[in-house]
Amino acid sequence: MKTRYSALALLRHALSGNRHWPQAWRSPEPRDRYDVVIVGGGGHGLAAAYYLAKRHGITNVAVLEKGWIGGGNTGRNTTIVRSDYYYPASAALFDHSVSLYERLSRELNFNIMFSQRGMLTVAHSRGEVDFQRRLVNGMALSGVDMEMLSAADVRRIAPYLNYAPGARYPILGGMRQRRAGTVRHDAVVWGYARAADRLGVDIIQNCAVTGIDRDPASGVVTGVRTTRGTIATTKLGLAVAGHSTMLADMAGFRLPLTSYALQAFVSEPLKPVLDTIVSSAQLGIYVSQSDKGGLVMGGNADPYASYAQRGSIPNAEAVAAGLVEFIPAFSRVRLLRQWAGIVDYAHDSSPILGNSPVPGIVLNCGWGGGGFKAIPAGGEAFAHTLATGAPHPLARAFSLDRFRDLALVDEAAAAGISH
Amino acid sequence: MLLIHCPHCGARDETEFVSGGEAHLKRPALDVSDAAWADYLFLRANPRGALNERWHHLYGCRRWFHVTRDTVSHAITAIYPIDETPAGKA
Repeated sequence: MKTRYSALALLRHALSGNRHWPQAWRSPEPRDRYDVVIVGGGGHGLAAAYYLAKRHGITNVAVLEKGWIGGGNTGRNTTIVRSDYYYPASAALFDHSVSLYERLSRELNFNIMFSQRGMLTVAHSRGEVDFQRRLVNGMALSGVDMEMLSAADVRRIAPYLNYAPGARYPILGGMRQRRAGTVRHDAVVWGYARAADRLGVDIIQNCAVTGIDRDPASGVVTGVRTTRGTIATTKLGLAVAGHSTMLADMAGFRLPLTSYALQAFVSEPLKPVLDTIVSSAQLGIYVSQSDKGGLVMGGNADPYASYAQRGSIPNAEAVAAGLVEFIPAFSRVRLLRQWAGIVDYAHDSSPILGNSPVPGIVLNCGWGGGGFKAIPAGGEAFAHTLATGAPHPLARAFSLDRFRDLALVDEAAAAGISH
Repeated sequence: MLLIHCPHCGARDETEFVSGGEAHLKRPALDVSDAAWADYLFLRANPRGALNERWHHLYGCRRWFHVTRDTVSHAITAIYPIDETPAGKA
């Protein structure tokens, strides 16, 4: 039974005690063969499955998820969506993603709770003010809605920051993207999963891939071995973030990625205190307030390779110290939870999108700490290459070949904040 | 918090050190192809398990050394001098 979510449906189900809501998506047994198999039931994998069915008419698709939908990085990030990227290729991709997010609730018939509350990044030194001017002007040329802010502007927008006369990190200005905001992160995967399922996509949870089969003569992919049996396919998409290296190993190629733990933190719930996202690169802290009242915060990725989804204690301490320096009023707020996700970084901190060295295998990886904001655009580009074999126009700069060609998109050096 | 036994200074907190990433990379010959040069620059072992790494005691003796560390448990199973491989003298 399929229910369209609406105010009327809420009312109708309320009258029957909310006992008859149908499951949002099926849990089918895997079939022997699919036209396309996507490994990874996170945002990018599910979005790609949805766009394959919706835009390309390819519905014989399976999404394989080793855990459960929403249990990976899509449920571990700090829910921020923005497009303040310096290089034109990045700005085009991420700004398109923000535009897709703006329409996503309606498209999926699922409220993703996109709250465009803006993101404010402060500058603590004259050098940083100059750097932000360069960033804002560059981004403005790419059409991103960035604005420079004076110290007085910042104080008006965020009066709770640390303006003490002797502050170690004085606030001299800032930059802001008004269209940036927060999204209910689980809702993005739930919404895409439900919409893809309705179009015929099989979402198979608790199904880990253990091997990838290739034709010995031609090298093309022929299927995957999983904990729930062997599945034949000639189009295989890999969207497994920090575990991309393991899948590439199974298929017999290498990726220029290193996996790190990226931590996030949430405090006890407070009355509304933050009406925007605030960030400081110098302090290595960004924070927003969730609809439930918790302060959701993060900082830099842990500084050594890791597959441990727990995060290092010194980095957790650095985020807490940064928060208290940035917003002294939060010094007595208690943290409720802390966790980490495993994110994969390329040398230039830009994603890898497009064909792999193995015919039939398509890549969606290398997002580092920035994958959540890119889900709609990344999924769209991923679906495009799975359907047509060609790179999506917005993804051409992000091919795996860019490393051989030394055509890096070096957001690692350009970004105003770590991502 | 990792406790890292610097071969020169003894046990110190991880905050005194910087990870230098995968160890034992070999710089290719000058007539290398573009693809092989890119591999040398950008491809790194990224195992889920034991990894041989270089570490730098930046806020200590400032010397480099080698560490074998598990990337899941973070357990350090070997520490050896910068001029050695896991098999012995380079």
